[in-house]
Amino acid sequence: MKVGVIVFPGSNCDRDMHHVLTDVFDLNAEFFWHEKNLPENIDAVVLPGGFSYGDRLRAGVIAAHSPIISDVKKLAEKGIPVLGVCNGFQILVESGLLPGVLLKNESLNFMCEWTNLIVKNNKTPFTNKLELNQKIPIPIANGEGRYFVDDKTLEQLEKNNQIVFSYENKVNGSVSQIAGVCNSDGNVVGMMPHPERAAEKEINQIDHKPSSLIFESLVETVGMKK
Amino acid sequence: MPDFQVSIVIENKPGISDPEGDTILNDLVLKGKNKNISKIRSGTILKFSITENDENAAKDEVLKICDELRIYNPLVSKVTATVEKI
Repeated sequence: MKVGVIVFPGSNCDRDMHHVLTDVFDLNAEFFWHEKNLPENIDAVVLPGGFSYGDRLRAGVIAAHSPIISDVKKLAEKGIPVLGVCNGFQILVESGLLPGVLLKNESLNFMCEWTNLIVKNNKTPFTNKLELNQKIPIPIANGEGRYFVDDKTLEQLEKNNQIVFSYENKVNGSVSQIAGVCNSDGNVVGMMPHPERAAEKEINQIDHKPSSLIFESLVETVGMKK
Repeated sequence: MPDFQVSIVIENKPGISDPEGDTILNDLVLKGKNKNISKIRSGTILKFSITENDENAAKDEVLKICDELRIYNPLVSKVTATVEKI
């Protein structure tokens, strides 16, 4: 099996993500430059965090037009698990793979701090090893992380169980304190916090196990290790 | 064909909060004065230089590009275009 880690100009969490996937969870991960094609035998795709194109115009919007995104869309349609973290989440909403939009934080500050997530949907390929309402201590690091959808779409997200993570406390003004959502099929998940920065004991003083379950869920989903 | 400059202003739709505009209003403009100002909305301006047949064609073409490339996010933003001959 193979996990594709997409690299855009300005990605800066790609190596952290690759390290966690390969060195910590023993998955077979490979970098793919955004101008290249994705092979069809990819088993999962991760869009890492960073500042693609320097957040020019709007975080994620320019990367959403990258050639590789059309391949990501094809794989997503086939049900392949896709995870977008932080800037990866922003790219997924701007490319239309996920609903909603990520606006500047209410404080207008770049927020870099630890927060607690609450698991709202444990049926996705990235949450199936987590308990419903389980708490995840995890860092955020973003300037445009305020999730927004209109009331009608919010109702649909709730009805379809598309809210995957919410913040325990009010963090940045996100609608319903939403921190992560999935598509209607559940295979495409986006989240603002960084699980790759929280899944190892050495860098998580609070509890690394909940974040590691996000990756163990992926292992559970894609099956065999390398 | 003549050259035009089409200015596109991107701003949040009326129902979408604009913390930058609110901060400029409350923490700068209204600090003990200017009580006649009730609202400030912030935005982004993009100026397109374009060669087209006339003003309307220039404006339509730029708005089409903005829609196609999601230069603005229609969920939360609106655009207004003004055009001048250069």
